[in-house]
Amino acid sequence: MTLLRLTFCIALCWTTQAWCQSSMESIKGGTYIPLYGRDSLQVTISDFDMDVYPVTNQDYLQFVKEHPKWQRSKVIKLFADKNYLSQWVSDTILGTSQSLNAAVTNISWFAAKDYCDCQGKRLPTVDEWEYVAMSNDKMPDARPLETYNEYILSWYEKPKTFNNEIGSTFKNYWGIYDLHGLVWEWTLDFNSVLVSGESRKDVDNDSNLFCGSAAIGATDLMNYAAFMRYAIRGSVKARYTMKNLGFRCVRNKNEITNENL
Amino acid sequence: MGTLLMALLLVTACADTNQKVNTTEDAATIAIKGTMQAELTAPPFVPAPVGDRPAKKLLVNMEVLEEVGTMTDGVEYVYWTFGGSVPGSFIRTRVGDEVEFTLSNHPDNKLPHNIDLHSVTGPGGGATSSFVAPGHEKTFSFKTLNPGLYVYHCATAPVGMHIANGMYGLILVEPEGGLPKVDKEYYIMQGDFYTKGEYGEPGLQSFDMQKAVDEDADYVVFNGKVGALTGDNAITANVGETVRLYVGNGGPNLTSSFHVIGEIFDNVHVEGGSMINKDVQTTSIPAGGAAIVDFKVDVPGTFILVDHAIFRAFNKGALGMLKVSGEDNKQLYSGVKQEGIYNPEGGTIQSMPNGDDEPVIATNKTLAEKIAAGKQIYTNTCFACHQANGEGIANAFPPLANADYLNADVNRAIDIVLNGKTGEITVNGKKYNSVMTKQTLTNDEVADVLTYIYNSWGNNKTNVSVNQVAQVKSGH
Repeated sequence: MTLLRLTFCIALCWTTQAWCQSSMESIKGGTYIPLYGRDSLQVTISDFDMDVYPVTNQDYLQFVKEHPKWQRSKVIKLFADKNYLSQWVSDTILGTSQSLNAAVTNISWFAAKDYCDCQGKRLPTVDEWEYVAMSNDKMPDARPLETYNEYILSWYEKPKTFNNEIGSTFKNYWGIYDLHGLVWEWTLDFNSVLVSGESRKDVDNDSNLFCGSAAIGATDLMNYAAFMRYAIRGSVKARYTMKNLGFRCVRNKNEITNENL
Repeated sequence: MGTLLMALLLVTACADTNQKVNTTEDAATIAIKGTMQAELTAPPFVPAPVGDRPAKKLLVNMEVLEEVGTMTDGVEYVYWTFGGSVPGSFIRTRVGDEVEFTLSNHPDNKLPHNIDLHSVTGPGGGATSSFVAPGHEKTFSFKTLNPGLYVYHCATAPVGMHIANGMYGLILVEPEGGLPKVDKEYYIMQGDFYTKGEYGEPGLQSFDMQKAVDEDADYVVFNGKVGALTGDNAITANVGETVRLYVGNGGPNLTSSFHVIGEIFDNVHVEGGSMINKDVQTTSIPAGGAAIVDFKVDVPGTFILVDHAIFRAFNKGALGMLKVSGEDNKQLYSGVKQEGIYNPEGGTIQSMPNGDDEPVIATNKTLAEKIAAGKQIYTNTCFACHQANGEGIANAFPPLANADYLNADVNRAIDIVLNGKTGEITVNGKKYNSVMTKQTLTNDEVADVLTYIYNSWGNNKTNVSVNQVAQVKSGH
């Protein structure tokens, strides 16, 4: 059933793909230790492309015009909670205070995933997202820098950044904007993070995504910033929508090659 | 016979144990009658007593808000709050209540939150069941089994940061029949805060993780900010009334040495539990703990609430006020009965052995040299009362800057420095009635410091000579 829907969607999207191709940058893969990890938990990332900006209100407005089933009044309740696009005036009109160039938020995981599918893309995995997001403007891995971590932490404390325009934060090492400083972003496998909600209990969980020994020794700024992202991922379900949660898409390198053939 | 006695003892021991088990079981089996909405209050207020009503299903709705607030004048901070205040809303229950707790996370918030209530018997104190994303709500329920005053707090990663940003409060579980009746009840909670800037550095201050890890607090405050309980915000009572304070400590790091200056706690529920200690001066309240204290206020005045780790009180903000109004009771406290100059050398007459020699040495200092020397003396000797720019302190210490009293009579000024002054004087139209002690300065030093004062802050530029000082001294 899902497969059928997907196929249908892709077919439908094909004709309109030209307009909705936002610019992407190439990310060179590599091996790194995620924030929650230790040496034995290195992660290897393949080369891929990532959207330079989060998907905007304007992008998404166009999308729902093309795909009415994702309009607010028509969306299947199983795929989005009642706050889905709740700030919009109607199915195809943005709220008065919403900027066309701000990241679209109040989007469920299902909606985000379908949007990316329709572009011939997909959502990034947690590991891919974190890999790109650990860079600052000059270094691919800026996590040891105090200034980098302070920047992220200060955003977590800043209320109401969701209506700031895309590109208003910094351009990172890979040429990607706004991974920190505007909104949270959906990831493909967000729910594989085993944060139970009782963070102190999690130190017992010997899981590969939330490592006890790392958590219990977490006294540095770096881990604090990461914990907050893992906490937010652990707190949501795929149908949830939030005012501070948007998304962007990525694409595998080999798929481009296929397309080019 | 011996065996019988042994058996008897064993039975008694058994009976004691059973008794204890029964108490907890009793609380677990208390039947609830009806449903009611809990009254929630922001500090320093508490809801009305509930101990004498039957146990009920109690609905508690609490909203988590992340919002900018004021730490002290000119300093702002992003607080994360339960119910919009730091500490969070006070929850009042009685033993046996079945609390149905709904935690709502405001859609504008950035972070998920949860709540761990120390009054909950269950894993995580409710934290697991209440973990909620922004724009959502979660409901769970628990039965209150143990009476006492309990802390609640957020337990979402990173826990320390959530607590450091203000996510804590108190929940009271009253025993069957309630606590003894008192006239006034208040809610006070201490917390330590860690900001990027030092104490008082203006602007929106962000949380400083490193300072928090080092337990190097910039602010230690009652009820979330400097001055939450002082001036117009002071708590109040009338003479003869009994005051009960529900005092918690959110931490995240520091233990409170809670003390009310000028009062003795008649009763303290130690650590917020059932044990009562009497006649206590200072009670220790651990981070994540609480105490219930009560005392009768017998005399009027302002009573200062402090963390008696005293630099926290006077340099980091842990200071509150209880203002008691009513009639004086001179038998209990007299107030000032008499005041005078304490002069250990005893003398109206100075016995400086070299009094006559000094003028001879007299002075080949230039005016500039005298002013420079005088400035140093001023800083060491006069500055504390008359202040850096001679502005004095209103109602206590008269100004020296542009002061008519000073400029009118140089010899009088010399006399005051040499011999001190007590009683009422009028300076620039304002009356002062205070004490200045005689200063242990040489004639040379008196001349220098007065020359400095006369040549500063708009005064009449008199150059006071050593001879003049010597004359005043001998004339006295």
